[in-house]
Amino acid sequence: MAFQDKPMTLIFEKSVPGRRATRNVDRDVETPFTIREDLLRDAPAELPELSELDIARHFTELSRRNFGVDTGFYPLGSCTMKYNPKVCEQAAVMPGFADLHPLLPQLPGGEMLVQGALAVLHEMDLMLRAICGMGGFTLQPLAGAHGELTGAMIIAAYHRDRGNAKDVILIPDSAHGTNPASAAIAGYDVKTIPSDPHGLMDVDALREHLDDKVAGVMLTCPNTLGLFNPRVKDIADLVHGVDGLMYYDGANLNALLGRCRPGDLGFDIVHLNLHKTFAAPHGGGGPGAGPVGVVERLVDFLPTSVVVAHDDGTYTLDYDRPKSIGYVAPFYGNFGVILKAYTYLLSVGRDGLAAVADNAVLNANYVAAKLREHYDVAVDGLCMHEFVASASRQAAHGVRAIDVAKALIDRGYHPPTVYFPLIVDEAMMIEPTETEGKETLDAFVAAMGEIAELAKSDPEALHAAPTDTPVGRLDETTANRKPDVAAPC
Amino acid sequence: MPYIANTDEQRRQMLATLGLDSVDELFADVPPELRCGELDLPAGHPEQEVGQQVARLARHNTAGLVSFLGGGFYDHFIPAAVDALASRSEFYTAYTPYQPEASQGTLQAIYEYQTAICRLTGLEVANASLYDGGTAVYEAMMMALRVTRRNRVIVDEALSPIYRKMVRSYTRNLGIELVETPSRAGLADRDAIAEAIDDKTAAVIVQNPNFFGCIDDASDLAEMIHDAGGLLVASVYPISLGLLKPPGEMGVDIAVGEGQSLGLPLSFGGPYLGFMAARKKHMRKMPGRIVGRTTDAQGRDGFVLTLQAREQHIRREKATSNICTNQGLCALRALMYLSMLGKAGLPELAQRCADKADYARRRLLDVPGVTMRFPNRWYFNEFVLNLPVAADKVIRGLFQRGLAAGFPLGRYWPEMNNSLLLAVTEKRTKEDIDFLAHTLDVILR
Amino acid sequence: MSPKDLRYTEQHEWVRVEGNAATVGITDHAQQALGDITFVELPDTGQQVEAGGEVCAIESAKAASSIYAPAAGKVAEANSALEDDPSTVNTDPYGDGWVYKLELSDPSQLETLMDAEAYDAFLEKDQGGS
Repeated sequence: MAFQDKPMTLIFEKSVPGRRATRNVDRDVETPFTIREDLLRDAPAELPELSELDIARHFTELSRRNFGVDTGFYPLGSCTMKYNPKVCEQAAVMPGFADLHPLLPQLPGGEMLVQGALAVLHEMDLMLRAICGMGGFTLQPLAGAHGELTGAMIIAAYHRDRGNAKDVILIPDSAHGTNPASAAIAGYDVKTIPSDPHGLMDVDALREHLDDKVAGVMLTCPNTLGLFNPRVKDIADLVHGVDGLMYYDGANLNALLGRCRPGDLGFDIVHLNLHKTFAAPHGGGGPGAGPVGVVERLVDFLPTSVVVAHDDGTYTLDYDRPKSIGYVAPFYGNFGVILKAYTYLLSVGRDGLAAVADNAVLNANYVAAKLREHYDVAVDGLCMHEFVASASRQAAHGVRAIDVAKALIDRGYHPPTVYFPLIVDEAMMIEPTETEGKETLDAFVAAMGEIAELAKSDPEALHAAPTDTPVGRLDETTANRKPDVAAPC
Repeated sequence: MPYIANTDEQRRQMLATLGLDSVDELFADVPPELRCGELDLPAGHPEQEVGQQVARLARHNTAGLVSFLGGGFYDHFIPAAVDALASRSEFYTAYTPYQPEASQGTLQAIYEYQTAICRLTGLEVANASLYDGGTAVYEAMMMALRVTRRNRVIVDEALSPIYRKMVRSYTRNLGIELVETPSRAGLADRDAIAEAIDDKTAAVIVQNPNFFGCIDDASDLAEMIHDAGGLLVASVYPISLGLLKPPGEMGVDIAVGEGQSLGLPLSFGGPYLGFMAARKKHMRKMPGRIVGRTTDAQGRDGFVLTLQAREQHIRREKATSNICTNQGLCALRALMYLSMLGKAGLPELAQRCADKADYARRRLLDVPGVTMRFPNRWYFNEFVLNLPVAADKVIRGLFQRGLAAGFPLGRYWPEMNNSLLLAVTEKRTKEDIDFLAHTLDVILR
Repeated sequence: MSPKDLRYTEQHEWVRVEGNAATVGITDHAQQALGDITFVELPDTGQQVEAGGEVCAIESAKAASSIYAPAAGKVAEANSALEDDPSTVNTDPYGDGWVYKLELSDPSQLETLMDAEAYDAFLEKDQGGS
């Protein structure tokens, strides 16, 4: 990892009073406008005073202190850190899209000026329906968790429409933290269902909790241990039996693309993460996109607006949707992100999409098999697109999952997701994705093996990791006790 | 197959390692009756054809309109350095910075972004971003409810009607009492708000400049709501803060806003950037990621995600918000943009917008029959005109002459059918404005 | 060994009872499980609480835990010293690291709580089972 050694200074500390990077356009109107003084700020905000070169160097230095998929292997479980094709990046900055004002179609005659953009939204909707076996999609949700919230709001709208008084959503204990958080802020009581030793929803435990108050069940499939629940259809039947809805957390859809569809498994609502499954980059923490699909009987509840395709080949936006949950985003979603995923889908198509799942699952199983020599793996047999290894063997030598993670950084790898799911001790959740080649996986396995040997011979070396980084392990306790979240002026 | 590395030979070797003959065997857990056939999707295409197809759709949008559309989303110039530097794939192909030692670039940038937002808004703490300005208003409202442990919220009518719709959607299933007070002559109605405030009121939510473009100093409202033990939430337009009194100085407790104008393309509605700043004493009730500065064992400064105990991955159903992914790359762009403009450049830019908007106002008022909808108000770069006819009627004609003249308020206020909201940024020239005035004059004749 | 003069809940709170007043904190086991305490979200004085209801929360860098009321009553005092130095919960959980004091509505509700011996046995069983 090519990290800079010298300490970084804040961009504000590099200021040279009076230095400028940009020249604003000259005033081309005759007179300046003077706003009443008491409405103005007393002094300008203390923003940096730098040249463009200063700024280019600053951010180039920062970028060298970062690890992305383009930097190296990024097996971060549950995050599907696959390669982000450059053609998708190019699509999103095409001026025909990038310069488009979102209010244009709300002007009379304006819809005709944005037909290309509406076509993208409509075609994306159709492709996602085909992939998931759903009756309709909204592309509005701006991230996966936002999709979950949208889904929970749709669950509420459905039950309100049916006159059902239901206030509970059931979630397995192996679920992503966003699931209970999303259900709770949508106004639901969350009940946690213990899962079986493989993290799968226990059908008997579900039966115990299932009653007339249950509005829905949120599941990830394959689950966070990388296992497909063969009884998922039975679960759906049980939930539907109390008029509950089945919610599919799409974080792990990469495993199933072209093999099976959430709709066929009995799910009523799905959210997808375009920044995981459909190759849009994650941006160091967003922007993402979290489209939500629903079965036919729930289409009326989707957020406003939806794109309508007409027989003459034109598209319009429908805002007159009395049963809709309303606006969840100001417009049509993170359009730039949608465009990247759309471009990706055009590239890979139906054949390529099936190959995605096949190779993702093969890569995960291959790494799991090779790692068993050195590490415990939470499940014995095959997994889907990811698996959970454990540093419990290493813990005997005082080496924990966090130490393995930090040692991987020194060896040029991004660590797996550690300490999740909570149901596995010293968890290291590994998701190689389909875009990695065998030689990368072999090298990663070798690095993990070397670390496992070090755990026995020289655990202290692992406690000291990482050493090849601009900073070592940071004092998070102080960061939390005395938070410094903005530089003083 | 594009974007898949392994060759057939490698796949064979890997399957042999697993003792399997085919990839199908890996899917043994999926019962046959649950599998799908071939998906109803188009076949894949080579990059050359994909690029052409997407470019063809891009051409189906009308480019090159001279736009006076604003409404919270503005056509500002973006320096080339922002695109170039934000395109470094070390930034955009990274995940959320869970491993700080491998993510100092993202983390330091967010810390600097938080600092810039604090300085711009005059508040003490900021988070790492929210999805957009509308969800930021909603999150601010929820935060105010947590801080005050109350359940009533007052929203001024001049808060973006889009944001008001969003807030209504989100609160539909919650026991929150949402009160909308009418605005009076373009400003928040102080009497109505005073009357609406009670001891259950968590917050008053306003916007500055408000949706009608009027500058509305909320200092008196801050006093009013603070006396009742509630908070003032304001949605602000960050470019205007180059000139206008920052929310922190007005007594605003939580400032939020749409950060699109800070170096993000309009991009048909997203990705955008919700920013949020607040007072330090409320920091632990804030939603979203927050980056903090700390040190390593050698005493070197470094940055980490902090106060994570508020968040969904730890608190689950008790988290301050469900937000996980936010708008990291957009926040990075905003920081780059603010750095490029700099301390002197941002006020200068804001002044340029105000100058041109003032000129546009004067030119357009010369058109017979055109008046100000809210006279005697102070404006930044956006204002509402009353036309002698319905605004919808002139918009099509202006489109045909290459002008997106503004937003017809009749869409959200039926009684304002003749009103048109116009925004002027530094990208509009005097000639553009003269052309608009001339064309409007011709169309109205 | 947990202090003999206290009573304990299954959520790992300890309670010191003096007439109608109860002092509540988290046990040594709980502070160890949480790690370095970074913040204690204190309750408001005067706040009414139900038996078993959530009163406040305690945080470390990587975990958070709710603190519940062992019995119904009114919060009489919160340990404001923890605002400045939450680490006292780690260093002196049964002494200066107390979290809040409760004015009990019905002291008999505390009778169902565990004594030190029972709590130690509970911990043993809990750990054995995990």
